Amino acid sequence: MSQAAKGARRTLIGLAVLFVFIFGLLSTGVLTNNTGWAPGLALDLAGGRQIILEAQAEGETIDQSDLNQAVQIIRNRVDASGTSEAEITTQGDTNILVALPGTPDEATLDLIRQSAQLQFRPVLQVGYSTITLPTADPAATSDPTATPEPTASTDETLTGTSPTPSADAAGDIDTSGVSEVANVVSSATTPSASATPEPSATPEATDTTTGATTAEPTNPSDLAWITPEIQAQFDAINCSDPNNQTGVDPGDPNAAFVTCNQDGVTKYILGPVELAGDDIATATSGPEQNPQTGAATGGFMIMLDLTGDGGNKFYATTQRLAQLTQPQNQFAIILDGVVLSDPRVTNPIPGGSAQITGNFTQASAQALADQLKFGALPLTLEVQSEQNITATKGADELRNGLLAGLIGLILVVIYTMFQYRALGAVTIGSLLVAGGITYGLIALLSWGLGYRLSLAGVTGLIVAIGITADSFIVYFERVKDELREGRSLQAAVEHGWKSARRTILASDAVNFLAALVLYMLAVGGVRGFAFTLGLTTLVDLLVVIMFTHPVLVLLARTKFFGEGHKWSGLDPRQLGRDTMYKGRGRVATPSAAAASDGPLTLAERKAAKARGAVATEDKE
Amino acid sequence: MASLSTWGNRLHSGEKTYGIVAHRNRWFLISAVLMALALVILFTKGLNPGIDFRGGTEYIVSGVTDADAQVARDTVAAAYPEETPAVAILGGDGVRVQLGTLEQSDVDALGADLADAYGVPVTNVSSSFIGPTWGQDVSGKAVQGLVVFLVLVAIVMALYFRTWRMAAAGLVALLHDLVFTVGIYALVGFEVTPASVIGFLTILGYSLYDTVVVFDKVRDNTADLFTQHRYTYDELANLAVNQTLVRSINTSVVALLPVSAILFIGSYLLGAGTLSDISLALFVGMAVGTYSSIFVATPLEVALRDTEAKIKKHTADVLALRAGGESDVVREDGTVRVGALQAGHHQGAAAQPRRKRRK
Repeated sequence: MSQAAKGARRTLIGLAVLFVFIFGLLSTGVLTNNTGWAPGLALDLAGGRQIILEAQAEGETIDQSDLNQAVQIIRNRVDASGTSEAEITTQGDTNILVALPGTPDEATLDLIRQSAQLQFRPVLQVGYSTITLPTADPAATSDPTATPEPTASTDETLTGTSPTPSADAAGDIDTSGVSEVANVVSSATTPSASATPEPSATPEATDTTTGATTAEPTNPSDLAWITPEIQAQFDAINCSDPNNQTGVDPGDPNAAFVTCNQDGVTKYILGPVELAGDDIATATSGPEQNPQTGAATGGFMIMLDLTGDGGNKFYATTQRLAQLTQPQNQFAIILDGVVLSDPRVTNPIPGGSAQITGNFTQASAQALADQLKFGALPLTLEVQSEQNITATKGADELRNGLLAGLIGLILVVIYTMFQYRALGAVTIGSLLVAGGITYGLIALLSWGLGYRLSLAGVTGLIVAIGITADSFIVYFERVKDELREGRSLQAAVEHGWKSARRTILASDAVNFLAALVLYMLAVGGVRGFAFTLGLTTLVDLLVVIMFTHPVLVLLARTKFFGEGHKWSGLDPRQLGRDTMYKGRGRVATPSAAAASDGPLTLAERKAAKARGAVATEDKE
Repeated sequence: MASLSTWGNRLHSGEKTYGIVAHRNRWFLISAVLMALALVILFTKGLNPGIDFRGGTEYIVSGVTDADAQVARDTVAAAYPEETPAVAILGGDGVRVQLGTLEQSDVDALGADLADAYGVPVTNVSSSFIGPTWGQDVSGKAVQGLVVFLVLVAIVMALYFRTWRMAAAGLVALLHDLVFTVGIYALVGFEVTPASVIGFLTILGYSLYDTVVVFDKVRDNTADLFTQHRYTYDELANLAVNQTLVRSINTSVVALLPVSAILFIGSYLLGAGTLSDISLALFVGMAVGTYSSIFVATPLEVALRDTEAKIKKHTADVLALRAGGESDVVREDGTVRVGALQAGHHQGAAAQPRRKRRK
């Protein structure tokens, strides 16, 4: 067996291994009940509701981190509403795509359309929910079982920063707040339940203050806000319930509010809103520094910059809070109704900038700063489009799409059989292999990356039939060209492949590029089209190299093809070669029609060559 | 198909040649007139934007036993007397109702009314609400995608063919296809939806793909141009177009078959939708793309190359040789038979017949 045939066999075995690998992986997934054989379907095929929201911020630019933050918030809300398998992704620079399967209720839809609100409220009362193991929500930032101190959040301190020389507006105010940095006092209210979770689910309030007074509250920190109703709410709330840890209705800004910390342990009664998101200019995180020495302490902190107006309000509030005792000297920072952080205030903070210190890691400081910065954006979510696709319509579309694909495939098969005879079987085989690999890959992607096949994706697959089949046409035509030049089939396959490969590579590269650009810039649900088009382009390349060519190399060695059977599609006689080189210098006489260009005898060739050479010399 | 095969052979050998490159001014004129027409129609009549670009509310009621448009009109009129809904019957058991922008919260309520009116469960009513600015966003993205794609493709083509002229000719052919397709959309008044925009963008890829294959053959044929004085650049490029003609036809048919299957299924069974929108754009674009890769791209490339001094001199030399009767490629009737440049060199040991059944 020749080298080429050996190589071809090796390549085919490689393809078989790849095939086994893809489907082996898939069947492992199916057998372990992690995925199904069929790829997941997108909303337009499975039915459901798709909402495209555009994040808008007046006079501000929205960057990717803001958008991601908005997605996170929407995801939290949707998860909290109990909707499963919701898909929330960013699209382009400002769009958020929310896809909810089935028929979500109106309340869930309202939750999604709502914009997030950042609030600063004074803490009136703190309590702890007994931990129930483990929290269901993986998104919860702190895991109570991992940190023996569930009250880490109360270790945070809010302090002023010394105005840097370049700071302008705030320079003249007393900066006495500076000295109180990072004075982490271990909290007196550490719950006993922290390390050993008790089975009891009843919440226990640790604060002794029961402010059942009827007097009108005089300021936001006044305990008179705690009415019996509020107290009852506070007693009843269970913060270990994941629904209370994310996406809670932020409540009336002018009244007391009962909510949980995102850690799922701490619960609060909070006073009315003192500062809102628009009072914050920006927030950043960085290594914590000792204010006296300027040396890094190894911890991380969040720098908060307030607007001029916000700075004044902040100063007034911190003046009041600094004089109160724990927990009323705490400031709760609430995003989307859930407390992110509850730093203590020990001194009034003037100057419009403050820092939050505590047990932060670089990541947690960064996360809090991002959340604050996001809350500072006057971000609203505008509904751009909302589609509700019923399950029956989706099923109809899928059925018709598959039917269209099948018809298209059959038409292509008929045409190639007609054009290429037995060679058409190679085309069909290649298409089947390509189809199998594409199916396997999509099912795997659906499992691993949560890819969902949409109607546009199905269209992409159908369109790809033609483009994939074209690679074979380019190749076969090249082989035919080589046969016409007088090569034997084996040689023609080798030579034809060399030039066809280059063409196929170039055109597939163009196709892939188009798919890539479409994918990057696509809006709406049509991204799926670009995805499948790009995927099938790659599969096409794989199949041409690993299946079509090796198969043709091997077929060229068979009698049927090699000797140019009438139905092989590679019959030299039909390609203008009346007969092949017979050996021993015998070349059959070319037909009259091809007299001037057909196979010449050796003598004729030599004569022609000589003529050509003379002509060229004459010219030069 | 023997006749097509024989035709292909004759085209390949140069025995049969269509003077596609020689008559390039004719194609340029036709294309220019058609392009001008397309632009005129585009700017006077304009495109028919779909609801995604206009903004509004759309309902599709499926599984209707008695698809009567009047029922939908009455239902909408009862709730919103000022609205004039566009009602279309889809496929026979579906009704599509389009109307202006409603309040977000009212969308589902009207959907329930429609379900009642047609006597189908609410779960048979699909609705979509499109904000007024959404369409601008989509078109903005499409234009952005177009520009990015053109720049990238120009770079890739210039790198691949190592000549800017091929890249330029390919891009012109591509723009030609795009203008033409959009012109046909404007002329017929097909609705333009985001799905059709995706179709347009896909045409770009396809048009280039087609052109790349033809250009590849042109490059092959003219690789040894300056080592011979039998044929001019024009003639060899023309030979390449003729040689790839069979492939171009096969490719187009094979690519159009599945697309027309979708188009057929999409329009007859489903009514308008993503499937038929994409496939309609593709169908028109692919047909035009095949035309342009043969009649626009290569002739244009030749026209550009012909301005090169080297090519000019070579062409003049070849023609002078023929005029002097020294060339052996002129037929008795005065026409020139253009064949492959390197006919009849040794095909290598692999071309020799094998000895059978012997080790």
